[in-house]
Amino acid sequence: MIQIKIDNNIVKVKPGMTILQACQQLGIEIPIFCYHEKLSIAGNCRMCLVEVKDNPKPVASCSIPVIDGMEIKTSSTMVRKARNGVMEFLLINHPLDCPICDQGGECDLQDIAMSYGRDKSRFNYTKRAVKEKNFGPLIKTVMTRCIHCTRCIRFATEIAGVPELGAIGMGENMEVVTYLDKSVTSEVSGNMIDICPVGALTSKPFSLTWRPWELNKTESIDVLDAVGSNIRVDSNNNEVMRVLPINNEEINEEWISDKTRFAYDGLKYNRLDVPFVKKNGLYKKTSWDNAFNLIKKEVLKTSGNKMSAIIGNQTDCESIILLKDLFTFFGCDNFLCSQNNSMYKSLPRFAYCFNTTIAGIDDSDLCLLVGTNPRTEASMVNTRIRKRYLEGNYEIFSIGPKMDLNYDCKHLGNNPQILEKIYNEKHFLSKKIRKSKKPIIILGDNIFNRKDAEAILGLVYRMCIKFPIIQKQKNDIIWNGYNILHHAASRVGALDLNFISSKPDFNLDKIYSLSKKKELDLVYLLGADEIETKKLENSFVIYQGHHGGYGSKNADIILPGSAFTEKNATFINLEGRLQQTFKSCNPPGEAKEDWKIIVALGKRFNTKFNYFSVEDVKNRLRKVNPIVFSSVNTIIKNKFLKFGKKRNISNLPFDLPITNFYLNDVISKSSKIMKKCSDEINNKNL
Amino acid sequence: MQAAIDEAYQNKLLGKNACNSSWNLDIFLHRGAGAYIAGEETALLESLEGKKAQPRLKPPYPASTGLYGCPTTVNNVETIAAIPDILKKGAIWFSGIGKPNNTGSKIFCISGHINKPCNVEEELGIPLKELIEKYAGGVVGGWNNLLAVIPGGSSVPLINKKIADSVLMDFDSLEEVNSSLGTAGVIVMNKSTNLLKAIARISRFYKKESCGQCTPCREGAGWMWRVMERFVNGEGTLEEIDTLYDVSKEVEGHTICALGDAAAWPIQGLIRHFRPLIEKKIKENNFKNKVA
Repeated sequence: MIQIKIDNNIVKVKPGMTILQACQQLGIEIPIFCYHEKLSIAGNCRMCLVEVKDNPKPVASCSIPVIDGMEIKTSSTMVRKARNGVMEFLLINHPLDCPICDQGGECDLQDIAMSYGRDKSRFNYTKRAVKEKNFGPLIKTVMTRCIHCTRCIRFATEIAGVPELGAIGMGENMEVVTYLDKSVTSEVSGNMIDICPVGALTSKPFSLTWRPWELNKTESIDVLDAVGSNIRVDSNNNEVMRVLPINNEEINEEWISDKTRFAYDGLKYNRLDVPFVKKNGLYKKTSWDNAFNLIKKEVLKTSGNKMSAIIGNQTDCESIILLKDLFTFFGCDNFLCSQNNSMYKSLPRFAYCFNTTIAGIDDSDLCLLVGTNPRTEASMVNTRIRKRYLEGNYEIFSIGPKMDLNYDCKHLGNNPQILEKIYNEKHFLSKKIRKSKKPIIILGDNIFNRKDAEAILGLVYRMCIKFPIIQKQKNDIIWNGYNILHHAASRVGALDLNFISSKPDFNLDKIYSLSKKKELDLVYLLGADEIETKKLENSFVIYQGHHGGYGSKNADIILPGSAFTEKNATFINLEGRLQQTFKSCNPPGEAKEDWKIIVALGKRFNTKFNYFSVEDVKNRLRKVNPIVFSSVNTIIKNKFLKFGKKRNISNLPFDLPITNFYLNDVISKSSKIMKKCSDEINNKNL
Repeated sequence: MQAAIDEAYQNKLLGKNACNSSWNLDIFLHRGAGAYIAGEETALLESLEGKKAQPRLKPPYPASTGLYGCPTTVNNVETIAAIPDILKKGAIWFSGIGKPNNTGSKIFCISGHINKPCNVEEELGIPLKELIEKYAGGVVGGWNNLLAVIPGGSSVPLINKKIADSVLMDFDSLEEVNSSLGTAGVIVMNKSTNLLKAIARISRFYKKESCGQCTPCREGAGWMWRVMERFVNGEGTLEEIDTLYDVSKEVEGHTICALGDAAAWPIQGLIRHFRPLIEKKIKENNFKNKVA
């Protein structure tokens, strides 16, 4: 610790801190434009000037580290004069279009001009005008407003890893451009909108709709991937108007992916708003009462072992447990928590979690990706890997399909047997893993969908023990490098609630074949929208969900549920972290929150469903799995138990669950914005 | 230059085991990208790395993190040219030249309204008048025809005749008169000069050569040039002179590199010494407009 003097207060700060950080720690506000915590220091806006004793000129506090005995003044006449000057310069060529600017109300320039701006301009000449640039379908540019802080350029090169932005021209003709006037091809490009301190980069879909202060803000989490990014949902008139990130250093830092940010318009289109019943191939509106009666009739006709319940990728824990309770009451055991042939049976919690944790990636020193593309499956995990990669001394290897990642990744081939080679020390990687201190292995969740899933898991288990992927000290795990990268928000929650059939060979193909053989009378799809309902023609299909899509196509009864922005619900992210979504809008029409629908249905039977509020259901969750569901926002250390089996591994190549980043779930598939992105960006790059 | 380097290599003065000294020394000649700012120490490094020539933030200084992140020393050719003599004759000899605190020799480049423009190496501390009369053949039209002198290249404040009469050409003396030795590029202007036009031209140069990275220089250089252009035409108001001086003060010392200062100083010098000239021009023009 070193001692410095700020505004006549003697304080102790850590060496290596910049003056700005020291001031911020003390709560002294210093105006900034170009400085951003997560980006490299540019020091070019000159707004953060402070006076340092024995220095004739004011210095840029963002770039100067503190020195022992330094005397800093942050509000002297010299500082004020310097900042007033810089502010005046920033404003002379900044258009006076605040009344029509989308940044209005959350604009750094506006805010800081309140304290440092002049009331009258002395610049009576023509202002600069700059041509708009093409930043793609998501970002609207008004480059005349640009103050050349270069945050966007640094974001693109550093965080997004797409060096497509740059500054050209000299002096006052300097412009920020995409070099070739092409869309920015990054999956996190939307964050540029947030970091732009002025209205130069604003959201294209949100453009000129609402003022930020007119919106109702709800803090929630995102469920379009399994990361559980913390978001703020801004809504008005029962409609989600935009989605912004909330800072959570342990998950998404302050970024979110473009899908999280822009797929919200999918919540408007293609929604189910009343219960439907199929009659002679046509759907007719019906009442909830009638729909429940029809279901009751069907349920009473058949026996429990001829039913099945499948959940989708965005189903919350509350409805999962109620559905499980209901079907267990019917005597049914045919549960499926994934819409493929994944085998999750008898896995310890350890085996299906991202154990290193997302923040833990920062500590790792070697990364092996197996059958996964984190860039599309979990963009926020990918930005973490890139962040660690930028720090240096980090090698990344991948086994699986070739992919376009935004960091150097050595592709080892697409053959699971390479893992065997590594295990048997017949591969150059074996030595590297052995030498590394904190290696991590990330497996895509599509490996569960393979016939040799257990064999691969068994092998990885043995690798964990043989190599320092898992390091133990007595009974404590001191390094855990075994990770499963899920892409479905509901998966870990469903597995924690054991929403799995006890029959070892029960999977989607089995459901299809049973239905074909007329041995399956009733299928309940809870948001399961990737099921080919055509193959379930012989069964009575009930679809409960928020969007009409693939899953609801041939259903006999459709029950309108609610999307994640319309309910207070629990989700568990890929790390095993329990988080809550909060209701920001009401579901459309007669649609209801999912847990209410299942409770109402349950009450038609002799169940003891005494749930009156979502809190009651949460109590039930805590009863079923007290360890997981009583700890909000924390990660429980999982016990390292044996998993997998020793079998032969086939040489069948790995496949990836997500082929199109922008259109992969029911919300993003309904989104017009995402469709545009897919057309303009995806086809070329991601 | 390249021919000289080639020759030195042929005679084994450079390259492996240069001059049989068991040291290896290589010299590469690198073409600049054509920007004035690319001559700034760190912008030069950026330019060498193939990037846009923009000065870097200091610290870290190039001596610790320079070209491609390696420790680098950036030296002027003038500095290197002085080394052989210092090595031959010793440091005491070199510091015996000039006056205390301003020791050594300097290459002066004298241009403008003089009879014999020249480059000359002289002791620091030589009187300006002597320098001009002795080496440059005197001011065109005689010493009394002198209007102003820019003593250290276009980036420093000019001095008027009264100061030029007695000022010594060294760092401290010029600083005392609110100017600077800079690069010792002496620009002499006699009474035939349109001083406003000359300073406006310098302003335009700095507006164009600003790299555009940091705010005060990017925006301020253009502003100052615009106002200067108005003064040249006699447009503008008397208050604008104060505004211009204020703006130049807002640019000075608030930028990453010294180009901001360079853009501000010539204007400050002009207003300091020749404010009546600007006022006269404005008043004349206003009168003309009224009559018309």
